Amino acid sequence: MDYEKLGLKVGLEVHQELATKHKMFCACPPELFRDDPEYTFIRRLRPSQSELGEVDPAALFEFMRGRTMIYEANRATSCLVEMDEEPPGELNPEALDTCLTLALMTGSQPVDEVHVMRKIVVDGSNTTGFQRTCITSLGGSVEVGGKTYRLQHIGLEEDAARKIADEGEVSRYRIDRLGIPLMEVATAPDIHSPTEAEEVALAIGWIMRATGRVRRGLGTIRQDVNISIVGGALTEIKGVQELNLVSKVVEYEVQRQVKLIELVSELKRRGVRESDLEEAFIDVSDLFSDTQSRIIKGALRRGGRVLAVRLPGFAGVIGAELYPNRRLGTEMADCARYGGGVRGLFHTDELPAHDISEGEVRALKENVGASDQDAVVIVADDAQKSRRALEAVIERAAEALKGVPAETRSANPDGTTYFTRPRPGAARMYPETDVVSVVITQERLRRLEASLPEMPEARLERFKADYGLNEKLARQAIDSDYVRLFEEMVRADEADPTLLAVTLTETLKSLERDGVQTANLGDDSIRGVFRLIRAGNTAKESIPPLLIWLSSHPGGTADDALQELGLAMLSKEELGMLVEAKVSENREMVERMGVKALGPLMGMIMAEVRGRVRAEDVQALLREALASRARG
Amino acid sequence: MGEDSLHDYRGGLRKALIDVGADIGDHMRVESRGRVYEGTLMPRLESEDDRHIVLKLRNGYNIGVYFDEGTRIERLGQAEKPEFRPPPLPETQEGLPRVSIISTGGTIASRVDYTTGGVHAAISSRDLLSIVPELSDHAIVDADILYSVFSENIESDHWSGMARKAEEKIQEGAQGVVITHGTDTMGYSSAALSFALRSLPVPVIFVGSQRSSDRPSSDAATNLVGVVTAAATAPFAEVVLGMHETTSDTSIVFHRGTKVRKCHTSARYAFQSVNSSPLARLVDGEIEMIAEDYRRRGEGALEVMDGFEEKVALLKFHPGLRPELIDVLVDDGYRGVILEGTGLGHVSEGLNESIRRAIEEDVILYMTSQCIWGRVDMDVYTTGRELQMIGVEPLGDMLPETAFVKLKWALGNSEDIDGARELMRRNIAGEYTDRTLYTGEFG
Repeated sequence: MDYEKLGLKVGLEVHQELATKHKMFCACPPELFRDDPEYTFIRRLRPSQSELGEVDPAALFEFMRGRTMIYEANRATSCLVEMDEEPPGELNPEALDTCLTLALMTGSQPVDEVHVMRKIVVDGSNTTGFQRTCITSLGGSVEVGGKTYRLQHIGLEEDAARKIADEGEVSRYRIDRLGIPLMEVATAPDIHSPTEAEEVALAIGWIMRATGRVRRGLGTIRQDVNISIVGGALTEIKGVQELNLVSKVVEYEVQRQVKLIELVSELKRRGVRESDLEEAFIDVSDLFSDTQSRIIKGALRRGGRVLAVRLPGFAGVIGAELYPNRRLGTEMADCARYGGGVRGLFHTDELPAHDISEGEVRALKENVGASDQDAVVIVADDAQKSRRALEAVIERAAEALKGVPAETRSANPDGTTYFTRPRPGAARMYPETDVVSVVITQERLRRLEASLPEMPEARLERFKADYGLNEKLARQAIDSDYVRLFEEMVRADEADPTLLAVTLTETLKSLERDGVQTANLGDDSIRGVFRLIRAGNTAKESIPPLLIWLSSHPGGTADDALQELGLAMLSKEELGMLVEAKVSENREMVERMGVKALGPLMGMIMAEVRGRVRAEDVQALLREALASRARG
Repeated sequence: MGEDSLHDYRGGLRKALIDVGADIGDHMRVESRGRVYEGTLMPRLESEDDRHIVLKLRNGYNIGVYFDEGTRIERLGQAEKPEFRPPPLPETQEGLPRVSIISTGGTIASRVDYTTGGVHAAISSRDLLSIVPELSDHAIVDADILYSVFSENIESDHWSGMARKAEEKIQEGAQGVVITHGTDTMGYSSAALSFALRSLPVPVIFVGSQRSSDRPSSDAATNLVGVVTAAATAPFAEVVLGMHETTSDTSIVFHRGTKVRKCHTSARYAFQSVNSSPLARLVDGEIEMIAEDYRRRGEGALEVMDGFEEKVALLKFHPGLRPELIDVLVDDGYRGVILEGTGLGHVSEGLNESIRRAIEEDVILYMTSQCIWGRVDMDVYTTGRELQMIGVEPLGDMLPETAFVKLKWALGNSEDIDGARELMRRNIAGEYTDRTLYTGEFG
C-alpha cells in the first residue's frame, strides 16, 4: 500500500500505569489481586442528562434494560474511594511529579494549574460513571529515527476497573486496578506509516520507563491509535496492549477504510440511494417454526421473534471481505449488538449456513420481496431488541453509502478491530470539584529539573561506550528493574559490566521462567554474589545456583549460600590433587592420546567441580601434568 | 449569565476580565508568560487563588493559566447559550396513586451543563419527570419547591413548614408524600415530622442522596424511584426515611423517622436504624415489611402539632466539661436540655450543682447516651442514681438527636412543664422500644 498516497495520518495515545506508592486519589497500593474477592457489590449507572437535554441513547437503553455491574474487591487493594463511597483525596503528588518529569524530558510545557476533570464513561468500568483525568503539560516532541513527532499533551488519569466477565445483562468488574495512575502521552497525527507508528510507540514507552516510576507486566502499557486516510474517517482504536501489534492495527485499519471506500463506488454503480433503505421490519418467525438453527430455535422458545429487513442492492456487498475474516456483515453485527443488545445477526450473503436451510433462505427472500440484487438481514431475539438491532443495521447500511463512519473500535489480539461505539461528539467532560486544583510552582519544576533522568537514547550510547556492552545487552540493562544497581556496582568496580548485565537481565529472566522467585532478591544478595566472584571465592558458573538459593532463603547471605551449596573454590593444592588423580585414573587414555587427552580430562574435571574452580587454572594444571608425563 | 457569574474571580484578575467584557462561557485568548492559550472561560471556585484563569480547551480539558500584570486577555466571542430541549414527557398513566414530592434543598435530580461544568437542579415536576421518567410508571407525581436550603441550615421553623405542606398535600388527596432533603440533618427532620404529624393516614417519606445527582453512579434517582413507589403503594402510614440499604443499588430500606441516624459521612448506606430494625425494604419494586408492628395506611384523620420550642439544647458530655456551660444555658432562659452522657447515662459529678440549679429554675433535663447503641440505665451506678435524685430523667433507648427534637416538640405543644414531661414519657412515634435485640456487631 502506498501510505503516502492514501494520506495516512496516525496519532497515538500511550497510556502507562505508574508504580507510585499510592493510587491516584487514595492511599491504596497500586496492585492487583489474584484470589477470590473478599466482597462484591452491585450497581447500575444512569447516564446523566446534559444541559442540552441529550443523553447517550444507547447508554440510556442499556440502563433501561437493566444492565447491572457486579464489582469484586478485596481490602488490600481498594477502599471506599474506589467503591465511590468516599470522595477522592488530593491528586497524588508523586504521580504528578512523574508526569512533569516526562514533560521536562520531552519539552512539553507544564500547565500553570492542573484541573481534574470527569469524563463520562457509563460502561461500568468506573464505579462513578466517569473517569478522572487531567492535562499536566501541553506540546513537546520526541525524536525517532531522525524525525520529530509533536506531542499534543501529557496527561494523568485513573485506570479503570478490570472486566472479568460479561454474563448477559451483567458485567463483572474487579476494582483493584481502578485508580492506579495512568500517565498518558498523546501525539499529533504526525505519523504516516504502520512501521513508524510502532517505532514512535516504542520510543514513547522507552522514555516513560526512563522516569523509573512505571509498572511492569502485561496490560501496564496500552496504546490507543487514531487513524485516518483521505476520503476515510478518523477511527479511534482503543486498548492495543502489545506494542508489536501497533503496526498491524494500522495496516488493517487502512485496508478496512480503503475497502469501505471501494464499496461506496460499488453501491453507487448499482444505483443504491439512502432513501431505498427502509425501516420496514418483517416478522418472519413463522418461516422458522421447524428450523434446525439452534440459535433461532432458542430465541423462539424464549418468546423472541425473528425480524427481517431487506437491504436493496446490497447482495454480495455485505459479504465482501474488508480484511481477514471481517466483512461489512461483521460490522453490521457489531452495530446490532451495540444498538439492540442482541447476540448477532444472519445475512443472506452467508446463507445457507449455520443450520439455516436453502429452503428457509428462499422463503425468507420471497417473504420480504428481495430480488437477486438485494440482501436480507435477520435477527432472532426479544422483539424490542431485534427491532433496535435492525434499526442499527439500517443506520450502518446508510453509512456504507457514504464511506467510513467515525467510530471508536477495540483491538482483537490478531490486530483486527471491532466496533465499540460511535465517536463521541464533544467530549463529555466537566470539572471534578471534589479534587482541588494544583498550582505547578516554578520551585517544583526547578526541583524536578535538577534530578531529571537521562534520555534513553543518550543512556544507551553511554552504556555502550562506558561499559563496553553490545547494543542488545545495553538495551536490556537499561530496560531492567536493576539498572540503578547495575550502574552503582559497575562504578564501584564491584563487577565486570558484561557479566553483571547478563546476570541482571538474561540470567534472572531465565530463572524467572523456571519459577524462581527472583522478586525476593535484594540488592544485597546480588552484591554479595559478585563480591564472592571478585574475591575468587567462587566462579561465575556458581551465579545461577547461588541466586536460586538466595531466592528461596530471604534473609540469607551469599556466604551462607556458598557454604550450603558447597560451591567454595578449591585450593591450589586440592585442585592439584584432583588433576593428578584424574590423570592417573585415565592412564590408558593419556598414553594413547598424549596431550590431546586434555579435552576429555577437562570435561571430566569441570563436570565434577564446576563453579569451584576457574577453568583457566584447570587447563594450566592439566597441560603441565600431561607435558610432564610425556617427558617422563 | 450576568456579571455575577464571575464572582469567584477576585482582585486584579476579576477587574481584568470585567474590563474585556468577559463572561463565563465566552471564547477567550490569553497570553501569559510568552505562551498563548485559547479556550472557553470557566468559573473559578471560591477556595482557589486569584492568580489563575480557568480555560476549557478544545479537547474538553480545563487548565489554569497564570495571571499577572503582564497577562494579556482578549475576548474572542460570546458564549453560546445552551438551549435546553426537554425530552418528551412520559405519559401519565391514569389510575395510579397520586404522590406529592416536596423539595427542601439538595439536588435529587439535576442536569450537567458541559459548557461551564455547572450542575443545575431539577426544579419542577416536569424537570423531574424528564430526568427520572420511570417515576411515571409508579405514580402520578406532582412536585413543589418548599425550600432551597442546605440541610445544615434547616431549623425548627422549617420542620413546621414541612409538616404544614405535607398536611396540605394529604388534604388535596395525595396517597403518599415524599420530602427530598439534604442528608446531614435529615434524621432530625424525620424525627420532627414523626412527632408533628399525628394520626397519619398515608406514608410520608424523607429521601436524599449521598452521591450528587450529576454523576451516573448517583444514588439519587434509585432512592427517589424507590420512595415514590413506597409512597404510592406501601401498607404503612408513618414518617420514614428511605435510602440505600447497602452499598449495592439493589434495595431501598425504610427507617422509622424516630430511630434513624446518619452513621457514615459519605457512604450510600449512611443511614442506619438504631436500637430497632428498619420498618420495610423495597427490592425489585416490591415492598417487604420487616417490622410487624406498624401503623396501617388509611387509619385516622390527620392532626398536626407543629409547635417547636426554640430554647432547647443538646449537650454532649466529655471529660473536663465545665459546669458553666449549663449555667450559661439556664441564664439564657433555656427551657430544656438533653444530655448526651457517657455509657449507661453519666456525667461528671462536677456538673451536679449546676444541674440542680437548672432544675430549680424549671429547666427540664433528660439523659441519653453517646454510645449510640443500647439504652441508658441510671440505676446501676451511684452517679446515675444521684442524677436521678437531682431530677434528671433517663430516656431509655431514644437517640439523643430524637430526644432533642422531641423535647422541642413536647415543650412547643404543652401548656406547662408537667405536660411536656408527660409527653416525653409517652411513646409517641416509636421513639422508645421495649426490647433491645441482638443485631450483630452493633446493638
